[in-house]
Amino acid sequence: MNSADILFLVVALITVASAAVVVLSSSLIYSAFSLLVTFFGVAIIYVYLGADFLAATQVLIYVGGILVLVLFGVMLTHRLYNLNLKTETFQNLPGMIISLLVFVSLALAATQTHWHTISQKPRSPTTEAIGILFMTDYLLPFEVASVLLLVALIGAAMLVRRRTDL
Amino acid sequence: MITLQHYLLVSAALFSLGIFGVLTRKNAVNVLMGIELILNSANINLVAFSHYNSANMDGQIFAIVVIVVAAAEVAVALALVLTLYRLLKTVNLDQADMLKR
Repeated sequence: MNSADILFLVVALITVASAAVVVLSSSLIYSAFSLLVTFFGVAIIYVYLGADFLAATQVLIYVGGILVLVLFGVMLTHRLYNLNLKTETFQNLPGMIISLLVFVSLALAATQTHWHTISQKPRSPTTEAIGILFMTDYLLPFEVASVLLLVALIGAAMLVRRRTDL
Repeated sequence: MITLQHYLLVSAALFSLGIFGVLTRKNAVNVLMGIELILNSANINLVAFSHYNSANMDGQIFAIVVIVVAAAEVAVALALVLTLYRLLKTVNLDQADMLKR
């Protein structure tokens, strides 16, 4: 086991632990900020998998966009003079049973299956290849994704506008 | 040696934690965080299989599309949460039961 493997184990542990804080902490602010750590951990896992462009995209969109939106959601839906942003839980026991069952079945499927793996590819920059693929083979998903973003933009703006000027 | 199984186990842990968050949290924003965890775990699986199991980059392309859909989803979901807050003055999901009454 070399140092890169040990670093991977540390990163994986931090990622899973901060994800546990996200779902177990009673404070919304703590949840949001440990979600930041989880997103960074996932980005480092992408680097381990040789997906450099995807790691940069993860940091840009999840940390820079989605996390800021979630924090906006936290701030806008609570009165700011009430600073103990506690969140309550319900259905604790069924939720725990279901998620444990899901984890055990997924872990068994992952470890018991004999996965066919090919020999390791040399790591190379992926940005150019992804750009070429998006402009050739995956042009239709690319365009559909842009239309989807436009629809989400208009839909979100329409949902939150004041209804007085109908 | 880090193998495909390690990535799959990390992804399974993130997925089940996300399921737990979605099932047990009352706050809608917190449920949204659980959904983000689930999407991230699915992305790790896609990229891991693409790295270990195929010669092309289809998995990474799929993961980028998933990230785009997650961005659109979180924008619409937060708009819905704000509308719910305006309507009920709370974002607790157990109090949003107008259809049951």
